[in-house]
Amino acid sequence: MSSNLELKLGQAWSKPPFIKSPVLRWTLVICVLLYLVAAFSSIEVNWSRVYDGLEHGWRFVLAFASPDLSSRATDIREGLIESAVITMASTAVGIALSVPIGLGAANNISILPVYLLCRGIITFSRALNEIVLAILLVAIFGFGPLAGFLTLSFATIGFLSKLLAEEIENIDKIQAEAVRSTGATWLQRFDYGIFPQVLPRLIGLSMYRLDINFRESAVLGLVGAGGIGATLNTAFDRYEFDTAAAILLVIIGTVMVLEYLSGIVRFKMR
Amino acid sequence: MVVLKKNDLKVWQRRDRKAQFKIWASWLFGAAIFMWSWQQISEVTTWFFVWDAPRIAADIGSRAMPPRWEYLSTLWRPLWDTLNIATLGTVLALLMAVPIAFMAARNTTPSTLFVRPFALLVIVSTRSINSLIWALLLVAIIGPGVFAGLIAIGIRSIGFCAKLLYEAIEEIDYTQVEAITATGASRWQVMTYGIVPQIMPAFAGIAIFRWDINLRESTVLGLVGAGGIGLQLQGSLNTLAWSQVSLILVVILAAVVVSEAVSAKARGAII
Repeated sequence: MSSNLELKLGQAWSKPPFIKSPVLRWTLVICVLLYLVAAFSSIEVNWSRVYDGLEHGWRFVLAFASPDLSSRATDIREGLIESAVITMASTAVGIALSVPIGLGAANNISILPVYLLCRGIITFSRALNEIVLAILLVAIFGFGPLAGFLTLSFATIGFLSKLLAEEIENIDKIQAEAVRSTGATWLQRFDYGIFPQVLPRLIGLSMYRLDINFRESAVLGLVGAGGIGATLNTAFDRYEFDTAAAILLVIIGTVMVLEYLSGIVRFKMR
Repeated sequence: MVVLKKNDLKVWQRRDRKAQFKIWASWLFGAAIFMWSWQQISEVTTWFFVWDAPRIAADIGSRAMPPRWEYLSTLWRPLWDTLNIATLGTVLALLMAVPIAFMAARNTTPSTLFVRPFALLVIVSTRSINSLIWALLLVAIIGPGVFAGLIAIGIRSIGFCAKLLYEAIEEIDYTQVEAITATGASRWQVMTYGIVPQIMPAFAGIAIFRWDINLRESTVLGLVGAGGIGLQLQGSLNTLAWSQVSLILVVILAAVVVSEAVSAKARGAII
C-alpha cells in the first residue's frame, strides 16, 4: 500500500475512467465511432428541402402563439369527446380484464397452467405495438372508435396485469393466512386478505394507465381508429398549422390536468 | 369496528352504512360513465362490419399465411434505417436532455423562478405528444425521410430522459458535493467531480431504457412517412399485400425481442 503511494507521489491525479479495462474501453469507442460514421453516411438529408421547410416550421412555431380554436371548434370538440370516450371505456374494460389475469399471473396464488396462460397473454399484449394492432383491428372491424377501444383495452391488459401480478407476489402473506385461518372461502380470502393490500397500488396504476390511454388515443386517429388524432391529421394535411397548434395545446393541457389529478389520487390513496 | 345488531345478534360489518353507500354511489357513477361511453362508441360503429369481422379476420389470415420470405431481402435497408433512427434519436435526445435536466433539478438549477419552470414546460410538452405526432409534424416541415423520424424520436425522448435524469440529480448524496466544494473547486468542477459521477449509472440506465422504447416506436414511424420499416409496412398495407405485412410484423417482433435482450444484457453489465 505504502509503496503504491510512493509511486504516485508527485504525479498529478487524474479521474479514473468510467470503464476500467482499457481494451474494452477502446474497442467500445472504436465500435461507436465506426457505427456513427456508417449511420451518418447512410442518412440522406435533402438540405435544400430542410431549408425550405424551416419557413413552414417557423409558421408552425408562430401558430402556437395564436392557436385557432374557433374555426374548427366542432371538429375539435367531437374529436376530444371521442378520445375521452375511447379512453374511459377502454380503461374500464382493461381494468376489469386485468384483475383476473393479474391474479392468474401471480405465482404465489395461481396454479401452473393458469399461470402460464396468463403470462402468455401478458407477453403477447406487451410485444404487440399499439399502432400495429390498431391497423389490424381497423382492417378487421372497419374505421371508427371501436377499433381504438379494442386496441387500448388489449394494451391495458399487458401493462396493468403485469404490474398487478408483481404487486400480488409481494404482498404480506401473514394477513392472507390470518384470513384463511378463520375458515374463509377462496373468494373471501381474496376479498379480505389480498385485495385490500393491492388496492391502493391498483388505483394508482389505473389512473396512470388512464393518462397513457388518453395520450395513445390521440395517436390512434392517425390510422383511422377514431379520436382527436383524426382531426389533427386532417389539420396537418391541410397545412392548417394554427388549428393543429390548437389541438396540440388541447392535448398537452388535458394530459397535464390528468397527470395532476392522478397525482392527487395516488397521493390520497397512499 | 362496525357492528350491526340483528335480533340481539351482533354481526360484524366491514364498513358502516355511510361508507358503504359512498362506495356503491361511486360504482354507480363509474358504471354510468362506462355505459354512456359505450353508447357513444356503439352509435358510430357499423355493426354489420363487426358481425362480419370473424370472416374478414379469417380471410386476412389466410392471405397473410405463409409470409412471403423472399421479400426479406428488401427489408434489410429499412431495418438499418430503423436502427439508426432509434440510436441517433436517443443520442440527440440525451444531448438535449442533459442541460434541461440540470436546469430542472432543484439543487442545480441556475434560477428556480425563471429557468426551472421553462425546463419543466419543455419536459411536459415533449413527453405528452407521441412520437408519431412529432413525426407527422416534422414530415410536414422538413419533408419525408429518415431525418424527420430521427428528429421526431429525439424531441419526443427529451422529456422522458430529462425527467428521470433530474430526479436522479435531486437524489444525489450532498456530502460528496460538499467535499469537492471544500477543496475550492469551481462550479463546473463541482459538477464534473461531485455530481456527474453520482448520476452516471442512472444516466446509462436511462439511455438504454429509452433506446429500447425508441426502437419499438421507430418501427411504426414510417406510417406517416418518416422512414424506417414502417414505410414498407404502409406500402404493403396500401396494396393489401397481406403476406408481406405478416413478414414485416414478424421482423418487427424479432427486432423488438432482440432489442429487449440487448438492453437487458447492457443493463446487467452496468448495474
